[in-house]
Amino acid sequence: MTEHLSILVVITPLFISFFVFLLSLTKYRYEWHFTVIATCLSFLIALSLLFRVLQTGPFSYRLGGWAPPWGIEYRVDYLSGLMLVTVALVVFITSVYAGKSIRGSGSLTREIIGEEGEVSFFTLYLLLAAGLFGIIMTADLFNLYVFLEITSLSAYALVGTGYKKRAIVAGFNYLILGSIGACLYLLSVGYLYIMTGTLNMADLAQKLPLFYDSRLILVAFALLMAGLSIKMALFPLHAWLPDAHGLAPSIISSILSGCVIEVAAYAMLRAMFTVYTPAFIFEVLPLKEVLSIAAAVAMIGGSTIALAQKDIKRMLACSSVGQMGYIVLGIAIANQTGLTGSLMHFFSHAVIKASLFLAVGAIIYQTRIYDITRLRGLGKKMPVTMTTFTIGALGMIGIPLTTGFVTEWKLAIGALEAGRWPLVPVILLSAMLNAVYFGRVLEIVWFKKDDDQPHGSGETPEPAAVTEAHPLLTIPPLILVSLSIVFGIAAFVPLSIAKKAASMLLGG
Amino acid sequence: MEATNSMTPVFVLLAPLAAIPLIAVTGGKRPNLRETWTILAAVIMFLAAASMLPQVLGGKVVEYRLLTLFPGLDIKFRVDPLGLLFAVTASFLWIVVSFYSIGYMRALDEHAQTRYYICFAIALLAAAGVAFSGNLITILVFYEVLTLSTYPLVVHHEDSEAVKGARRYFSYLLGTSIAFNLPAIFLTYKFAQTLDFSNGGILTGAASPLMITVIFALFVAGIGKAAIMPFHSWLPAAMVAPTPVSALLHAVAVVKAGVFTLSRIVLYVFGVDLLSELGLGIMLGYFVSFTIIAASVIALRQDNLKLRLAYSTVGQLSYIILGVSLLSLKGITGGITHIAMHAFGKITLFMCAGSILIASGRKNISEMKGIGKKMPFTMLAFFIGALSVIGLPPAGGFISKWYLALGCIEAGQMPLLVVLLLSSFLNAAYFMPVVYQAFFGKPDSGDHFYRDDGIQEGPVLAVAALGLTAGGSIVLFFYPQPFLALAGLVGSLTGR
Amino acid sequence: MEYIISKYNYWVYIMLMMIGFYAMMGKRNLVKKIVGLNIFQTSIILYFISIAAKKGASIPIVFHGHGHEPVRAFHYVNPLPHVLMLTAIVVMVSTFGVALAFIIRIYRTYGTLEEDEILAQEE
Repeated sequence: MTEHLSILVVITPLFISFFVFLLSLTKYRYEWHFTVIATCLSFLIALSLLFRVLQTGPFSYRLGGWAPPWGIEYRVDYLSGLMLVTVALVVFITSVYAGKSIRGSGSLTREIIGEEGEVSFFTLYLLLAAGLFGIIMTADLFNLYVFLEITSLSAYALVGTGYKKRAIVAGFNYLILGSIGACLYLLSVGYLYIMTGTLNMADLAQKLPLFYDSRLILVAFALLMAGLSIKMALFPLHAWLPDAHGLAPSIISSILSGCVIEVAAYAMLRAMFTVYTPAFIFEVLPLKEVLSIAAAVAMIGGSTIALAQKDIKRMLACSSVGQMGYIVLGIAIANQTGLTGSLMHFFSHAVIKASLFLAVGAIIYQTRIYDITRLRGLGKKMPVTMTTFTIGALGMIGIPLTTGFVTEWKLAIGALEAGRWPLVPVILLSAMLNAVYFGRVLEIVWFKKDDDQPHGSGETPEPAAVTEAHPLLTIPPLILVSLSIVFGIAAFVPLSIAKKAASMLLGG
Repeated sequence: MEATNSMTPVFVLLAPLAAIPLIAVTGGKRPNLRETWTILAAVIMFLAAASMLPQVLGGKVVEYRLLTLFPGLDIKFRVDPLGLLFAVTASFLWIVVSFYSIGYMRALDEHAQTRYYICFAIALLAAAGVAFSGNLITILVFYEVLTLSTYPLVVHHEDSEAVKGARRYFSYLLGTSIAFNLPAIFLTYKFAQTLDFSNGGILTGAASPLMITVIFALFVAGIGKAAIMPFHSWLPAAMVAPTPVSALLHAVAVVKAGVFTLSRIVLYVFGVDLLSELGLGIMLGYFVSFTIIAASVIALRQDNLKLRLAYSTVGQLSYIILGVSLLSLKGITGGITHIAMHAFGKITLFMCAGSILIASGRKNISEMKGIGKKMPFTMLAFFIGALSVIGLPPAGGFISKWYLALGCIEAGQMPLLVVLLLSSFLNAAYFMPVVYQAFFGKPDSGDHFYRDDGIQEGPVLAVAALGLTAGGSIVLFFYPQPFLALAGLVGSLTGR
Repeated sequence: MEYIISKYNYWVYIMLMMIGFYAMMGKRNLVKKIVGLNIFQTSIILYFISIAAKKGASIPIVFHGHGHEPVRAFHYVNPLPHVLMLTAIVVMVSTFGVALAFIIRIYRTYGTLEEDEILAQEE
């Protein structure tokens, strides 16, 4: 049994999603409970896989017993272990949150999808989870495409369940752009196949060096990067993200911002380092310079657009664009410290951004307010939620003792070690911009009296009536954000894993 | 220097830390119990800090490593004369200001008092953390906690004025820290491979003179709490805070944390030898001279009493930096002693301003003519505080200014001596008229505050507090221990 | 010239892809965008199939089973891209289904399927 854990982590949510759907034919309404069980199981399996990697080193699993490169291989190494645990954790805690956010009587999503729609919602949620795990585990390029599309299709549909009218259009746009990205990826897989005859990542890494000067392989790389950049919302291919993440139900926004775009970035890391080794991307191509510019623009651009947002979810979504820049920056720095910073940021951003979106979801559940300027005085009425938001904001800015600071430290020291001085002001400027747009929200929430509201509000409840949200809405984000503090202090735990992963990626 | 390993520094921090949940839980329903927690924490904190005096005065250093973030970055404590001076000053004055706060906040029936006392406790915890920091990362952590915890205190009144002032406060402090302090720390780590404070500095020979100068400039710009011009505007802006906040934080905790951090970096990261080799000490001295003079000139033109005191503080802080930048034994001693002397003096002045506000509702000096007749205790204390800041006997400030002057002569920097004398003259120029007008000025007719005869002082607790610190200033003139001894140790260990 | 003729499969699929791309980006009607998406995806499927072809090869079914004679790969068309494309077609159809579901919802909510009218309604 234990030797099949690698595939079980993917199959459990997959099977249970079908089971949940079948359950809807009966009168039992246990879809949420099964979702929580499934994601919990996946999380536990992910933890055990990580422990196994830490003890005995990376290992592989062959689907159906077929040996690679003919069969599909699932590989658990430091990088996939770290990502798996992060994603499984976020997915699990968020599914607990769904108990009130989707099924509660005040749920906005329920108004859209109705009680019967809940079943479909959780089915899609589990499919999304299964897809994410599959992308992380697989070591086969086409298998990655399949799971990428499973993830994306579920995501498109789930975005469409958002409360505002525009959510459907946002979902549709996401579908169009996401499909283009996936198709470009597929095309590059075809090019790689036609040149080398294999789809397995490790096998490709061995066979490709012969063809580094081939134009076909170069184009394949470009298509790969383009396709995954769309999926990961790397500036300037990010246009779908503010709408999609800003209009989706908060619980979906948290999974999208925290996991889906990060897993796309993970796929890009795999493509760059495991398939095309560092020898190609840094010596044959001037990728260090190109990516630094892309990362810098993403970081500054993303934060700047976030500054201009009035809707709090759109602000967080634009912030995600900037945060993906941090990850690419670490890649561009291309030494162990910098890459460690990127990998640490996978964990840091997932945990913090997910908890921020969940906290905002609690706010919307209680107050129906999206506009930042109308959130005055909320700190007194919803103290737990706003404390969660505050700690998350401090993490995003990069105050010491949070994981955000650890990331900034590693990136900055890595940049200095590599002699790339100009990147340090970029990191600092981004931190300051983060401080401005998060600080603005915190100032309004904690320190502005709410009796001077701009004008009377129509459909929102009276300010006096707002109370703190149900524990199912407040505890999950609090757990996630406290992890950012715990691992900001005990940083050596994720850092040691990230360091091993980074040296493995760079070592080739 | 001998190092002892002991958890006492942690206990010093634990006192306010434990007070926080206790204050939070007690809340506004039982204010006396809530205030008791604060007083208790302050007393325990002071006693714990003072308990390390014999060891440190005897030449030992108390160390403790709290935790490791990751290899290369520890949170560790190192109690030496410099740190202990700051911690003892801050914790003692916290006791005094807590009593003052009780009198002030209750007289004005202020809102959100629980939040106020909690943030105060966190701020003092952070100040002590800064004092005891053993390396740059620890000091950074506590420095930022100090900024974050004092923001709710500055914005306490929550009206649009307070929000604007607090916004400027926060953006200056956090902005300079992220933009300049952080890269300076990154660069230090890259070149020195360590962030620990050490007697001769850690950057000797680690990088080129140009790079050392750059890092030095980044640190000077990055430590916004030292209020060196042009990064000083946050200090007058923070005067929107309730007066006890201005008193303790902006005369003692926040601003002294700033000059303390800068002194720490000058003496223990760069080291006296490296700086005098590169001439950076002299440059810093001349650079802050501008602040000293300019701040005093601006103070002359302020009618609002708290603003005048704020600009006075800006100038006095640069005195401390000037002393340290002289890099000589007497100069360093003078500068460090001034941390304590100025604290006692300025806190008295601020507390008087608050007392005047409560008793008469007046904020502007032009409205305070003849107020000395109604509030003799307060104005007498004000007079003593002013003497200390100007640097005249029999107030403690004389001692530190004396050493500063000797330090200038010792270092052979005559122009800086002129700066000192000129600015002392300016200090007198903006303080003495206030005192004179208060005692001998004629109030405008029809001013109803003066209608009934008899004394109308501030609340008892407030006046007692400011009387205590005024008395303390005089006591320190005659017996400036342990501050002078501690400062002297710093000077002899680091100065040339 | 020879370059173009020998790689004509590339030219065909690129042209199809660009037609599809133009439809997705340039057309305002949402149904036309989906048609464009379909063409885009189909062109890639076409490409994969085209690379599997070999001159004079037959369909990849072994008539006599195992062990009788060695299987010569050059007799048969490469089956792997075909298999991959079966999966890709499934993905394409699912995407198509989701897109159509979106279109139905959009029509019900906005009453129109023209992009500019939808945007106008959102102002």
